[in-house]
Amino acid sequence: MKKFDTSVTKVDNEEKMAGLAIFTGDIRMDNAYFAINVRSEKAHAKLKGIEVPKLPKNYYFISAKDIVKENVVNIIASDWPVFADKKVNYIGETIGLIIGPDKEKCIDLSKQVKGIYEDLEPVFDMRNSYVHKEFTKGDVSLFKDAAKVFSEEFTTGYQEQIYLEPQAMLMYLENDQIVVKASMQCPFYIHKAICRTLGVTEDKVRVIQPAVGGAFGGKEHYPSLMAAQLATAIVKIKKPIKMFFDRREDITYTTKRHPSKTEISAYMDKKDNIIGVKIHVGIDGGAYIGCSMVVLSRALIAATNTYTFPNVAISGDAYCTNKVPSAAFRGFGSPQSIFAMELFINHLADYLKVDRMALRMKYLVKTNDVTSTSGIFRDPIILEPLIEKAMEMSDYKRKVKLYSKPGSLRGIGLSMFLHGCGFTGSGESDLIKAKLRIKKDKNGIVTFYTSQVDFGQGNRTTLKRIVVDTLGIPEDHVIYGAPDTNETLSTGPTAASRTIIIVGGLAAKAAQHLKAIWKDGEEQEIVEPYVGPSYIKWDEATMQGDAYPGYAWGVNVVEVSVNPITYEATVEGCWSTYDVGHAIDERILLGQADGGLAQALGWAYLEKEVAEDGMFKQKALADYAIPTSMDLPPMETEIIDNPFKYGAFGAKGAGELTFVGGAPAFALALEQAIKHKVHNIPATPEYIMELMNHED
Amino acid sequence: MKISFTINNNKVTLDVDPSMRLLDVIRNELHLTGTKEGCGEGECGACTVLVKGEPVNSCLTPIINVADRDVMTIEGLRETKEYRIIADAFADRGGSQCGFCTPGMILVTYALLKKNPHPSEEEIRFALSGNLCRCTGYQAIIDAVKVASEKGIKL
Repeated sequence: MKKFDTSVTKVDNEEKMAGLAIFTGDIRMDNAYFAINVRSEKAHAKLKGIEVPKLPKNYYFISAKDIVKENVVNIIASDWPVFADKKVNYIGETIGLIIGPDKEKCIDLSKQVKGIYEDLEPVFDMRNSYVHKEFTKGDVSLFKDAAKVFSEEFTTGYQEQIYLEPQAMLMYLENDQIVVKASMQCPFYIHKAICRTLGVTEDKVRVIQPAVGGAFGGKEHYPSLMAAQLATAIVKIKKPIKMFFDRREDITYTTKRHPSKTEISAYMDKKDNIIGVKIHVGIDGGAYIGCSMVVLSRALIAATNTYTFPNVAISGDAYCTNKVPSAAFRGFGSPQSIFAMELFINHLADYLKVDRMALRMKYLVKTNDVTSTSGIFRDPIILEPLIEKAMEMSDYKRKVKLYSKPGSLRGIGLSMFLHGCGFTGSGESDLIKAKLRIKKDKNGIVTFYTSQVDFGQGNRTTLKRIVVDTLGIPEDHVIYGAPDTNETLSTGPTAASRTIIIVGGLAAKAAQHLKAIWKDGEEQEIVEPYVGPSYIKWDEATMQGDAYPGYAWGVNVVEVSVNPITYEATVEGCWSTYDVGHAIDERILLGQADGGLAQALGWAYLEKEVAEDGMFKQKALADYAIPTSMDLPPMETEIIDNPFKYGAFGAKGAGELTFVGGAPAFALALEQAIKHKVHNIPATPEYIMELMNHED
Repeated sequence: MKISFTINNNKVTLDVDPSMRLLDVIRNELHLTGTKEGCGEGECGACTVLVKGEPVNSCLTPIINVADRDVMTIEGLRETKEYRIIADAFADRGGSQCGFCTPGMILVTYALLKKNPHPSEEEIRFALSGNLCRCTGYQAIIDAVKVASEKGIKL
């Protein structure tokens, strides 16, 4: 087993292992009322009225009628109402809350609330676009002169985050403030959502982060909805209120990964050189846009993956459907389009009758290549060593030959991929405008604040370490706690793999400045604003320029066997190599590597969620199966150091990267095992059977 | 109905509905919050406790089932020297990320090593298969169990 010489003990290890960490549900508040959602039974209907039973004393029904200022949840698009008003757009949309002191009584009363509906025609398929984006690179008019065109279509399914701790929120009033403790990713998103719906000033709301049991994107936006609902209630009821979801409510009604359909065409000249590619990515956004336009952006920007084509036409649509809104999930759109491109380029090689790896290497992106958005890949790109190392670790070359024999029922697949770190384009400088506060007391004890939530990624440890190492003072002289909006300035959301590359860089800079002005025995404080690298130029309207300050890179190799009787796939081995700049803490990084890949493999072949008439069929962990310890083989990961100029100690992002390559590596291995091309995931036994019984 | 049982070596007698979930008794009556609820349906293992040394899902266990029995939660285990060895092994391998599954994982590890001090990788994977973790991909946890086993603790 590897020794972690560069790693430090995680600051929250002991409290978590000993069961001492206080998660939202562990906070004792015996006088709190319970909030139960009353949800729409219709996918699309006019809401003509709501019949509420006579409520006992201390029981309340809170709905759109109680909205104080604005019936909108502050997400990126302002289209998701706090409570459905006059119309419902998906099954499960909240039409109101029953709130009272006894939970069972609340549940009973909630069942007696009846929405009066007039049915409207629902739409469940991807036909109504509510966001369209497109851009080109080079000269796409050359496509019409192509000697050959090869086209394919790929689909990916829903995925549930299945953070182990379901959504949970506690709200109460204290010192003339609304106080929120919740399982969350982004304290200031919640803060803004409350201020906006109530029309109150920032000082009236305080958000404090307890321990958070996993998030993966699923607690980026949904808690803002819960917060806006509870805030509407608390100003009327003036009692502490809890809203805790059980697993079924969480799976059925909270946001998920966008299903996708990607169409790709490659245009070749007479010598089979690729003139260019045309890509369209469609994602199912559900009833409200929320953050889907940004998910779509990332999907489109990543769609050429690790390949440089001279001419590119990329377009995409987010579609409005009468289903639960889709939202953030590790990778944020790019796993969908990269899955498609990784399979496509291999299939294209078959079509052109050339070696798969040779074609990929021919178009492999190199340092200073032009990106799909006509920016520049500035990082020194070390994909070739990453690929070679992964091949060596997995014995890829021997196995790929061996398993190519008919009837092998075993295959090996290699994916390569990238992930842009931080918010798209100039978002960090123009929208987020992170500010980090660091202060020192007379005794030389340093305290710093960020709004970054540690929901398992270990950033309480890594961010602290960046400051400790920069200042060169003992670890116990630095205090770094969980975010509390009364103390913390916003350093932005815990999302987009930005924590280390952006906030880590900012923390290092703030610590350097403090060190430079350090005077013993004095109180000192610095507020450090984020300043982006000057080379970043981005035009959101035309999607042109440098999309991200830096890119992290990876290679996954997955080996699969298939049982010809049950058609079940088994993952036999996983090998990965990554360039995350510099890994600040190798043990934490490997935790991301294993966890991201495991989750990606779940998406690839185990986790199936389908909606029928707008209602999800899988509602519990019994029918929505995520990988168990029995489903995964040992995983091996190697990191190749490639320090990034602008990150703290050379670090780039890592959290999402580790999700991106699992599904295409799995699918490529599966198609070698069954000798049929894969176009859709999840590759369930039913799908594998269909493929194996089908003549290509 | 009055029900007596031992929790973490302390005898308690509670006047409760015999069908009440052991999980609710532990969390809401005894205020021991190290035991978590992840699904309430026996699928995730976050609510694992040991009853007579065997891991059970406390969300599926009516309180009457543990009458006159020994129940151990993480609050009891953490006082033992075996816990220290297991916890150090989890820290060494990075076996805890968000921490929500961790108390359950540690209890299962303790139960496994007590029965089988030197389990194979397969035996470890099988023993942990009722406890879901969404953060680690299990590798770090499995390695932690191996490290604890190598320490040769005579559980």
